Amino acid sequence: MAKPIDQINWHELEIGSVVTETGNAVQYETGSWRSDKPVVNMRQCIKCGVCWLFCPDMCIVRAEEGHFTANLAYCKGCGICAKECPVGCITMINEEA
Amino acid sequence: MDKYSVFSARLIEQTEYLTSGHRACQGCAEVLAVRLVLKALGRDTIVAMSTGCMEIISSPLPLTSWKLPWIHNAFENSAAVISGCESGMKAMMRKGKLPAKKINFTAMGGDGATADIGMGALSGALERGHDMVYVCYDNEAYMNTGIQRSSSTPYGASTTTSPAGKASMGQHTQKKNMTQVAVAHNIPYVATACPSFPFDLIDKVKRAAEMPGPAYVHIMSVCPTGWRIPPEDAIRYGRLAVDSCMFPLYEVVNGKYRLTYRPNPIIPIRDYLSGQGRYRHLTEPDIEKINDMVGREYQRIVKMSDEV
Amino acid sequence: MSTVRRGVEVSIAMADAVAQADVDVIAAYPITPQTHIVEHLADIVAEGELDAEFVPVESEHSAMSVCCGSSAVGARTFTSTSSQGLALMSEIFFIAAAMRFPIVMALANRSLSSPLSIWNDHTDVMMVRDAGWIHIFVENGQEAYDSIFYAFRIAEDPQVMLPVAINLDGFILTHMVEPVVYEDNDLIKKYIPEFKMKNTLHPDHPVSMGCFAMPEIYTETQMSREAGVVNSYPVILKAWEEWGGLTGRHYKPVETHRVEDAEYCIVTMGSFGETAMEVADQLREEGEKIGVVKIRLWRPFPFEELRKAVLGKKYLIVIDRAISFGGPGGPLALEIRSALYNKKGAPSIVNYVAGLAGRDVSRKDFRDIILEGKKKAASDDTDGFILYGLRG
Ligand SMILES: Cc1ncc(C[n+]2csc(CCOP(=O)(O)OP(=O)(O)O)c2C)c(N)n1
Ligand code: SF4
Ligand code: SF4
Ligand code: SF4
Ligand SMILES: [Mg+2]
Repeated sequence: MAKPIDQINWHELEIGSVVTETGNAVQYETGSWRSDKPVVNMRQCIKCGVCWLFCPDMCIVRAEEGHFTANLAYCKGCGICAKECPVGCITMINEEA
Repeated sequence: MDKYSVFSARLIEQTEYLTSGHRACQGCAEVLAVRLVLKALGRDTIVAMSTGCMEIISSPLPLTSWKLPWIHNAFENSAAVISGCESGMKAMMRKGKLPAKKINFTAMGGDGATADIGMGALSGALERGHDMVYVCYDNEAYMNTGIQRSSSTPYGASTTTSPAGKASMGQHTQKKNMTQVAVAHNIPYVATACPSFPFDLIDKVKRAAEMPGPAYVHIMSVCPTGWRIPPEDAIRYGRLAVDSCMFPLYEVVNGKYRLTYRPNPIIPIRDYLSGQGRYRHLTEPDIEKINDMVGREYQRIVKMSDEV
Repeated sequence: MSTVRRGVEVSIAMADAVAQADVDVIAAYPITPQTHIVEHLADIVAEGELDAEFVPVESEHSAMSVCCGSSAVGARTFTSTSSQGLALMSEIFFIAAAMRFPIVMALANRSLSSPLSIWNDHTDVMMVRDAGWIHIFVENGQEAYDSIFYAFRIAEDPQVMLPVAINLDGFILTHMVEPVVYEDNDLIKKYIPEFKMKNTLHPDHPVSMGCFAMPEIYTETQMSREAGVVNSYPVILKAWEEWGGLTGRHYKPVETHRVEDAEYCIVTMGSFGETAMEVADQLREEGEKIGVVKIRLWRPFPFEELRKAVLGKKYLIVIDRAISFGGPGGPLALEIRSALYNKKGAPSIVNYVAGLAGRDVSRKDFRDIILEGKKKAASDDTDGFILYGLRG
């Protein structure tokens, strides 16, 4: 886990400022960018994974029963999954609502 | 969507080599393209990336979205940097300093990095014959610096440095045909792709990596921010670009052309242009002109593909 | 092979040294007066005498980019350039240092356009003074040959991890035929063993290199660089000490000649040093109490050694080979003035800029500079700089 950016001392940096902890950007949760969130109607879902395939934020995960749902920690609410779902079982719902 | 994908999305490589937490805009299809390219390349890959949206959004020190070995050096030189990686590893493996292994040396850049400022470095690398794949993510402008025109911005598009106005219809030059520039290097593999056609894209990137020698893949990457479309339409606009023949999907294998997808029916160019903020100012004659240009280029590729 | 002495062009000796250093990658682009170095390396590789990738790039910008790439995978990497080539690659020259790639470069110093000139001065290197490379100046063929080995030794030290530029005067040195002692390969192997970099690009241990920095962290990245350059100093001294032990040829950051009892000194950098010594010897015979100070290590700058050598002297006559237009004088004089400012016993400094773009500076010229400089210093006429030999 990388320290917050404003707490790193200069001698804690790797030579050349190389980052050795790969994929540590998961520390940064982009879910707060969202105004609408995707909600899946599990009964209609055909478990095809198209939503997963097209999500630019790699935040759709497959649940045990085979359904796909968005990890709201990262989902930016772009609405692509809802638009591309072949059976139209994803609805974008306003967070405030 | 390819009808096929409804049934086979789950066949695609599950591992993600780019992680969540990246800072691309909502609905960015360029980052989706990166994600899919990496799935196609797999673990044994080294990526050299040019300055641009994809670099900035994936590597804010001390964080990185990359799970593969990744290097960013400058804007115009990812092809030269990957040439160096390939040469260094080749020498060290030959000399027994490193265990031999097949590695996918991959350079990536935006359309600005590729068709403008990095053209010389790319041409040099392709000509020298390094075993590498160059991937151009074409969102048709310099997006990272705020939507300025590049030589890959299409005719008629309004950008911040080719603005439409009373005396201008926006970009008044034709889009540079970067794919053909790559073909002119007589390299083993050149292809176009679009993340709206993920299976086609993954196939092509795999082939590019498997072919010994240099390969070039030009990926139409929809940018909702720069094109001024709703983010949820990013995949749809990629599909419209292909189905209107604005962006034909084809490959050139050892000089032989093959269309990998033939839109049927071809949708009117108007359906692609309308709805995009960057084309909102276009008049009927402008659209007619674009229609002619697009049709000519598509027919040319059809002809080349049909030649046996 | 054991130690042999050869009469050889300095560029060839350098290329031979690069081959003995068993480099993995050479990126090459032609530009006078550096070209003989890479041409000879191309021959060596073509003859199978060195197992390396010779990458004939399409520009110097790409030469340095290739060097960054090959260094990033841990390959020992060499390149060479001059003048316009350096200017074109300067963007990546800075990045190579920031990313801490232990590249070694022979920089055959040459003037910058315009007007176009292929001849020697130091305007090219001064342009990249602040890039964060280690800069060393060599004076003769033997030093040029030796420098390749200690440059790799210093660059690849885990505490240093910085690129090293070996500056040698174009034509004046690169094209000279001189006697050079070649060392045995076994000695070289011992001195610079195969090198293993800590963080390299490899699928078995992925890392991210060249991440983007926000204002909250950029300052820290720069301090890390500064520390790298400063901390290279003891490593450089140690590398030279060991080289001296092995070969009997000793190097110091500041070389001095008849300085101990000197009343005043002339300060040079690069191949002017040899002429300066000859002229100083002559003047000594005439009763002038003069010494010669030669700056070998330009970055990190040897503040302490310089002070040790010159504090207490009356005057310094500093010869620069580059102009800082509208600035306070030549870059060397500027550095020396600030190193001595407010120090007890600081000499007064007169600055000459001479030998621009290969303009000959003869022994007689040196004599004139020294005697006139001394007079100026004695009468406190020390502002700015004098463009020596200027007509009109
Ligand atoms: C030498 C240099 N010139 C200009 C820039 C500024 N710059 C950084 S990214 C960029 C635009 C990138 O455009 P493109 O390659 O199309 O990638 P995109 O951001 O659109 O994905 C520009 C102009 C730079 N970093 N370096
Ligand atoms: S795209 Fe729709 S049907 Fe397919 S898995 Fe996702 S939610 Fe279910
Ligand atoms: S709304 Fe966008 S980010 Fe959220 S899960 Fe759907 S596709 Fe992914
Ligand atoms: S500007 Fe466009 S390409 Fe860049 S991150 Fe945003 S959507 Fe993606
Ligand atoms: Mg772009």
